[in-house]
Order: sequence, then structure tokens, then C-alpha cells
Amino acid sequence: MSDDHVYMTLAEGHEDDARWAYGTGFEDPLHGVDTTVPEGVDAGRLAADCVALADDALVSAQRLAEWTTRAPELEEEVALANIGLDLLGQARLLYARAGQVDGTGRDEDAYAYFRDAEDFGNVRLAELPCGDFAFSIVRLLVLSSWRLAHFEQLSAHPDPVLAAIAAKGVKELTYHRQYAAEWAVRLGDGTEESRRRTRTAMEQVAPYLGELFTAYDVRDEVVAVLRQVTEAAGLPMPVYRPLPGAGRAGEHTEHLAPLLAELQSVARAHPGATW
Amino acid sequence: MSDIGPGAAQGTGKGDWPLYEVFVRGKRGLNHVHVGSLHAADDAMALTHARDLYTRRNEGVSIWVVRSEHIAASTRDEKDPFFAPSADKVYRHPTFYDIPDDVPHI
Amino acid sequence: MTTTHSAEVPLQELQQQFDATIARDQRVEPRDWMPDGYRKTLVRQIAQHAHSEIIGMQPEGEWITRAPSLRRKAILFAKVQDEAGHGLYLYSAAETLGADRADLTERLIEGRQKYSSIFNYPTPTFADVGVIGWFVDGAAICNQVPLCRSSYGPYARAMVRICKEESFHQRQGYELLMTMMRGTEAQRAMVQDSVNRWWWPSLMMFGPPDGDSPNSAASMAWKIKRHSNDELRQRFVDMTVPQAEKLGVTLPDPALRWNEERGSHDFGTPDWEELKQVISGGGPCNAERVERRRSAHEEGAWVREAATAHAAKQARRVHEGATA
Repeated sequence: MSDDHVYMTLAEGHEDDARWAYGTGFEDPLHGVDTTVPEGVDAGRLAADCVALADDALVSAQRLAEWTTRAPELEEEVALANIGLDLLGQARLLYARAGQVDGTGRDEDAYAYFRDAEDFGNVRLAELPCGDFAFSIVRLLVLSSWRLAHFEQLSAHPDPVLAAIAAKGVKELTYHRQYAAEWAVRLGDGTEESRRRTRTAMEQVAPYLGELFTAYDVRDEVVAVLRQVTEAAGLPMPVYRPLPGAGRAGEHTEHLAPLLAELQSVARAHPGATW
Repeated sequence: MSDIGPGAAQGTGKGDWPLYEVFVRGKRGLNHVHVGSLHAADDAMALTHARDLYTRRNEGVSIWVVRSEHIAASTRDEKDPFFAPSADKVYRHPTFYDIPDDVPHI
Repeated sequence: MTTTHSAEVPLQELQQQFDATIARDQRVEPRDWMPDGYRKTLVRQIAQHAHSEIIGMQPEGEWITRAPSLRRKAILFAKVQDEAGHGLYLYSAAETLGADRADLTERLIEGRQKYSSIFNYPTPTFADVGVIGWFVDGAAICNQVPLCRSSYGPYARAMVRICKEESFHQRQGYELLMTMMRGTEAQRAMVQDSVNRWWWPSLMMFGPPDGDSPNSAASMAWKIKRHSNDELRQRFVDMTVPQAEKLGVTLPDPALRWNEERGSHDFGTPDWEELKQVISGGGPCNAERVERRRSAHEEGAWVREAATAHAAKQARRVHEGATA
């Protein structure tokens, strides 16, 4: 057959330019960054902070993955996957850093697959089920704005690895926030039905805002974003009535355990196996 | 512009998003190239979707999106006078002028 | 898009130009005249290819949440996303022929248009993710590389983009299997079991034997299809047998053997009855696959309508602002 040459060129070294959406890259963004923990930085605290942020990202990515084959339009399949992949990438880097500095030498999979729900430090908003598209969008808006505001501060962190991870994350999160904001406005100011669902989503998210601001002091930034979006959409601001308890302290809703059971099922069925 | 068809019949559902054509200029490119099409409800969404679908997240990449219905195109089947042959207008061709060899940059 | 006025050209001349383009192995482009049969065949073939990519997201997509390492999770998430992108490229190509994506989606949901039979099989284990990459993407590459020279320009160009990515997918699938085959007893058994289930359906991906393939003749004459089903199937077998040997798995075909004379492998006959069953809706997952697509489309309607309504409101506001 005369097509051999075309097939051969496919088998050759794979250049980047064809991979238009192939995840967040498999090159190491921490290449060249000095990995020793600097003087004055508490290694235990650094590790705990990294793990908490990684848990947020992993759990969020898991919920976004649940939209696969269920998104409201094919273009949104691609967009949600991009966001999920970005967050998964952030989780991987953060877990790796934690393993380097907490003295255990654990790898990313040890954190993701072999810890139980009460050891996870993600905020509860991240673990809530997907709900409808309006809920997922409003949740994404809040979490991305919150994480972005915190990452902007973290870019100046004395640990160079965490600072590098945060700097890369800022670009990604800026896009996530923009995507969510545009959709929140479309849904808030769309049809009667979408408006109703968006208001409901905001009411459902509101009780979980409190613990975000306890974790990081970025309330002003997040509220400013919400104000901008609700004004553009012609919606009322969500009423702030925080629920007691905190994911950061291992206090979770009933939704985290089943999420982790699914996430960890195959890995735990084959302990010690390499994939 | 070769990938742009005669205009897809618009769906009649209220949720059908119009078709956009996407043009991208890469970091080292000289001009925008047509890369394909997508559906979006508005221009902002079209740009976001184009970014997700047709580019990797490189700074400096330029994306244009245009509603397909706003593009006017010629067809291969069109003959004279649309593509009037310029063979009879020789003064438009550089070989018509006899320039000495030692004149630089001509 | 608006059409510029074209001079009247007799039908016979248009047909001759079209035939000459095909004979010279040149491309037919969207604005060219083309016979109705060519246009219809292309729309059907491209649409079914697009539907296959979208439906194909399901059997692997369901493993993203359970992938047993973060690296595998990322790879699978990205692969399934690529498939959505491929579907989108192909729907775009179909639209250059005057088709409408919403209409094509309805045809898929109502069963009036089909998708590749391979996706009607279930994926009960994680090894299936690797084997689908190896067999199904491998078979897809065999099918698709020749389509890069298809006579219709937008389809050929979409295929070049898609082929590059699919070769990456096949490599990732094979690499997962290599890792598993070097792993635990349970992992090795999982791989062999998966191979046993996917081998014959993968051979059937190339369609019925040449003698039983009604649409092929016209497609080949129009250079939409460049090689016959049996040619491609043979190529796939010859490519895959050494890969299986390297991996250390057994392909479940006792008749499989190298034929020195032909310079190719002899292999057994697939169960064509099974293929007929699966194509006509009787496969293990047909109902589930279509139902998932239908419900996603219907549940997403309010979202799409909201976006359209908002865009209309914005346009009105801009207009009112301009005329105020």
C-alpha cells in the first residue's frame, strides 16, 4: 500500500504543535527550580498548605470529570475538560511538593489514593455533587475567584516551588474565573428558567462561603467578583449565612466519602501495583 | 477560505447557536489562517471556544472569529469577468520593463 | 454566507470538471459543484465518523473518575477531550457541505445515522482503556490515514489533524498495557481478558467483507474511501501481531499464522452475524450509548437556550444604545 509514508511520519517524534488540547502538558514546569526548603520556612506547615490546596484541586477536578459526556454542548465538554485538567495538574505539583518537604517522600498517588476522607483538607464546597450546570458554574466562579486571589499572594511565597506553582496557576485560574463569570451572566440573564436555576445555585453555594474566608483572607476580592457578576446578570447577591464546620479541619459533608471511594477504587483494589 | 461551505442551514431550535469560522495566527505566523469552525451563542463565547479548541494556551496567539453568514466568498466555478485575465494588460507584469542589471533592489 | 453571482455553466461541463478533479487526485472544495450522490455520501460518512468520536467518549470516559494514578487520570481525561474535539472538527467538515449539526445530532439520537459498532461494547475493567487505545485507535489509524488523501478537502484536512493525535492515543494505550504486563498477576490477567474481549470486535471495525459492502463501490470511485475493508483489516492484523508478541499477550484466534507466500498473516473469520446484530441495535451497549447522548442533549437544552436568549438581549441593548 502506498500510504506507508504517511503512517511512518505519524510514528515519528511527536511535535507539540498537533496537541492542541492535550492536557496541561507533560513537561516539568518546575524544571530548574531549586527544591530545598528555604531557611525560615516551616516544612510541616508548607506541606500541610500544599496538601490542602491539592485536595481542593483534586476534588474539584473529579467533579468536573463527572461532566464528561453530559455537558450541555460539545464545546463545553472541551472547556470543562481544560479546566479539570488544569486543576488536576495543580494537584499533582502540590502533592509532589508536599512529599518532598514533609519527610515522608510520598508520591502524588500516595496522597490521592491512600488517604481517607477525614484526612482530606479540601473545602466542603468542592465536594458537593455537580448539581445542574448553573450550580457547577456558580461553584466554579466562587472557587476559582477564591483560589486565584490566594494564588496571587502565594506567587510571592518564600518557598520557590510553591511560588512557581502559584504563578503558573494564576494564569490558569484567571481563565477559569472568566469562563465561569461569562456563563454565570448568560445564565443569570438568559431565560426565566436559567435565571431561576442561577438564583437557586447562589443560594446553595452561600452557606459554604464562610469557610473559604476563614481559610484565606480574600473575602473582599471574592465579594467584588460576585458583585460584578450579579450586577451584570441582574441578580441579587447571595445572603451570607455560614455553616459551622470546616473541610480544612477534616470535617466533611456526606458527599466526600463516596467521591473518594470511586476515585480510589481501582488503586486500592491493587495495592502496590504500578500503572 | 477554502473550508467555508455555502452556508449551513440554520437549525430552527431556540437553543441552536450560529456557526462561526475561526482564524488563528500563531506566534511566528505572518497572517491569520482558517483552522475550522464552531458553534457559539455570541462573539465572546466564540473566542473562548476557539481558544479551547484550536490553540494551546500560548500568549501572543491571535484569534479571529467571524459569523459564517457574514463571509462573502467566490466560487471556483466563476469564470470571466470575475477573474478577468490580466494577460492582456502586460504593463502590470514586471518583465514588461527593461531595467539595467546593475540597479539594486529592483 | 452570501453567494456571489455565478455565470450559468452547463451541467455536463460541471460534471466533467468534477470528474477531472477526481481523476487528477485533486481536492474538491466546499464551493465547488458536486454531484448530489457525492455530497450525500460524504455527509453520511463524515457525520457517522463524527458521531463515532462523540459516542466513543463514553466507554473510556467512564474510567476517568476511577483511573488508578493521577498520571493515567490526566492522560485519559485529555484523550477523551481530544475525542470531543475530533467530533467537532468532523461536524464542521460536514457543515461545509450544507449539513446542520443540530440536525445531525437528532439523526444520531433517533437512530437514523450510525456510529462505529465498536463502541457498543462495554468496558468492565481498567485494562480496557489500554486495549481500546491499542486496538481501537490502531484500527482507526489504519482507516483514517488513507482518508488524509480523501477527495473532499475539508475532510482530508480534518483527518490529518485527527491522525496525529490518534497515534499519540494509541501509544499511550500500549504503554499502559506494557506497564500492566510487567506488573502483578492480577494486572496481567486483566490485560489478557481485555484482549480476549476486544480482538474480534476490533477486526469488525473495518466493516463487512468486501463482497458484502454495498456502499463501498461508489465511495471508492469518488475517492472518498481509498482502500477496501479487507485490505485495511489485513493491514491492521499485520501491524498488531508483532505488537502483541512484544507485549506478551495471546490474540484469541487459533487460525492466526504467518503466511510466507502472501507475506501477510492468515486469520480466522469474524462472526459476521454478531456484527450485523450490533450494527442493527442489538449490541450490549447500543441503547445505553444513544440514551446518554440523548439525555445530555435534552438536559442541556435550557443552557443552550439561555445563551441564545442572552445574546439576543445583548444585541438589542447594543442596538438601542446606538439608536438612542
